Amino acid sequence: MAAPTIGTQGTDSAQPEVRTVTMAKALNQGLRAAMEADPKVIIMGEDVGKLGGVFRITDGLQKDFGEQRVLDTPLAESGIIGTAVGLAIRGFRPVCEIQFDGFIFPAFDQIVSQLAKMHYRSQGKVKMPIVVRVPFGGGIGAVEHHSESPESYFAHTAGLKVVSCSNPVDAYWMIQQAVANDDPVLFFEPKGRYYEKAELDTTVSPSPLFSSKVLRTGTTATIASYGPSIRTCLAAAAAAEADGISIEVIDLRTLSPLDLAPVFDSVRRTGRLVVVSESPGEASIASEVVTRVQQECFYSLEAPVLRVTGFDTPYPPTKLEDDFLPDLDRVLHAVDRSLAW
Amino acid sequence: MSSAEHWTQERPASTPAATAATPTTEQVIAGLRATSEGGADLVQLLTPEGERVTHPDFDIDISTDELRSLYRDMVLVRRMDREANALQRQGQLGIWVPLLGQEAAQVGSGRALRTQDMAFPSYREHGVAWCRGVPPTDLLGIFRCTDHGTWDPIAARFNLYTIVIGNQVLNAAGYAMGQKFEGRVGDDDGEATIVYFGDGATSQGDVHEGFVWSAVYDAPLVLFCQNNQWAISEPTERQSRLPLYQRARGYGFPGIRVDGNDVLACLAVTRWALDECRHGNGPVLIEAFTYRMDAHTTTDDPTRYRLSDEVEAWKLKDPIERVRAHLARNGLADQAWFDSVQADSDALAAELREFCANMPDPPAERIFSNVYAEPSPVLDAQRDEYLEYAAGFTGGEH
Repeated sequence: MAAPTIGTQGTDSAQPEVRTVTMAKALNQGLRAAMEADPKVIIMGEDVGKLGGVFRITDGLQKDFGEQRVLDTPLAESGIIGTAVGLAIRGFRPVCEIQFDGFIFPAFDQIVSQLAKMHYRSQGKVKMPIVVRVPFGGGIGAVEHHSESPESYFAHTAGLKVVSCSNPVDAYWMIQQAVANDDPVLFFEPKGRYYEKAELDTTVSPSPLFSSKVLRTGTTATIASYGPSIRTCLAAAAAAEADGISIEVIDLRTLSPLDLAPVFDSVRRTGRLVVVSESPGEASIASEVVTRVQQECFYSLEAPVLRVTGFDTPYPPTKLEDDFLPDLDRVLHAVDRSLAW
Repeated sequence: MSSAEHWTQERPASTPAATAATPTTEQVIAGLRATSEGGADLVQLLTPEGERVTHPDFDIDISTDELRSLYRDMVLVRRMDREANALQRQGQLGIWVPLLGQEAAQVGSGRALRTQDMAFPSYREHGVAWCRGVPPTDLLGIFRCTDHGTWDPIAARFNLYTIVIGNQVLNAAGYAMGQKFEGRVGDDDGEATIVYFGDGATSQGDVHEGFVWSAVYDAPLVLFCQNNQWAISEPTERQSRLPLYQRARGYGFPGIRVDGNDVLACLAVTRWALDECRHGNGPVLIEAFTYRMDAHTTTDDPTRYRLSDEVEAWKLKDPIERVRAHLARNGLADQAWFDSVQADSDALAAELREFCANMPDPPAERIFSNVYAEPSPVLDAQRDEYLEYAAGFTGGEH
């Protein structure tokens, strides 16, 4: 089946073309559009039906699409992914919700052993068009296992694609593009940004799913980041501008495959790069960006590429999360170190 | 269920022979009894001596032609299995996973499937593959390590082998849910799914979750457990206090223990279970009580953990011999027919050997192909870089 093209379509006639939405609402409307576009799209997860999900991302969808298209599943993450794999063999396009980042690990086996490898194992005879939505990241004052950033595990696994949205407009389009993609996509949603608003104009064509995006141009240094840290980086760039430092901010958006051409272009102009993420830095997305940039931009670099990440510790008790999470000051401190090199 | 005593299970007076280092005669006998007798609930239609018996709930009306065809399938599948085992010993296969002793469980259940049904194997289901029309040569690549299975799982309605223990039970539950969501369940021509797993797999979380999911979604799924008594070196007592078929009750669906060495009983019970499922009364658990006559794989050495007495005891329950005895004693087949089956099986073995010896190694670019359904410029670049590097060696060898 040819994947439908996601673009400027009137998928949601009840909605005005330009409207102000939260990321949560944008995801909800994107999922609704995806379900309207293809009757094989089904939603599976814990509490996604009547409750609409603990973050209300699937609010109202079961009411409108029925219990066979929006499934309140038993409380077992491996079961969610494992049955989604079987449903995909049958021709469905499941969108699975993992309630919180730290609860994805019971499903790790099914994701890595079956979801990621089925297409390869079958030499292309069986497709796995499954989206696994994962609210991730910290800053919400939660108890343990509710604030983690496990994206690097999945980027490391061949056969999976990994993306993360940072704003409502991208969220609206990226979720539809991920559902239409014929490969398994791990879709990381920055839960700390769910209720931030933006103006969504559905007449403006979206960027391709697997592309990074320059959010702010600059000439002195480059910051590459994704997901929940993007807002922090934009705030840092705005603050630095007052001091005459011009920072370019790039939203990676796609973590596997990475789209680093815009980063290389930027670093060749600025000579300096800081990579920012909430995830611990060791063997992470940030590590991969650093590796590739030093390979491609060695002679352009004026300073070592620096990282500002979560520490290489478990996520701490959240009374300490302000120390753990990269904030504006830590980002600017890294930019200063780069400039002072 | 109010008293604690009620939950205290009876322990055998002595350690089962299979797990004792220097067993006494009594322990040997106790051990043999523990693993070779299926108990009062065992469904059997053909005794080890080849005598046809009846069962109040499960019987089967079968023609002589059908019976001979079941026999033929089992002989061919065993011959294929033995040939592949030999091919491993001769270095033609990296490993083989023998099914010896489980022919009745696999052919009986496999022949119960209808065209529209789906099957999810683990990795020992060569007999089910045969029943699904997957050529035995298609299995060889997995064990020669040239591929992960070459058949089309959707067209054959036989999923690729699943090696991670228990994963396929959830995948099958999902597939069966899909059959139901598409409205293909509820009448005589409905669809059903069967999933194969072993006694060891019943300890896996995924198998438990598969039981839960298929139950709460009323999925048309036959959970077919081949209890071959051994999970590599660990006996079934290491997996469960309870006879495995009795677990079904806790999930809210029927559990049946069938003589896994009786092809008629396996056919009858599985056919009934599939029909229950296709009518919307799934799931059903079947425990096929059988025995792994050979090693876990060609790399295993069962003499380290079980007694040859036990194997000898099970030889008396051989799944093929009882059908042969039944056919011969009742004049349903003559020697010429048995000889023709033997000749067919030898021809199959020769075909397998010929095919195996001529299997090409896959090209290096295979590493990079089909990782994703959509084009991957990143992997294309890795492939091109590696192939260019490899081509730099004299004659392409390195």
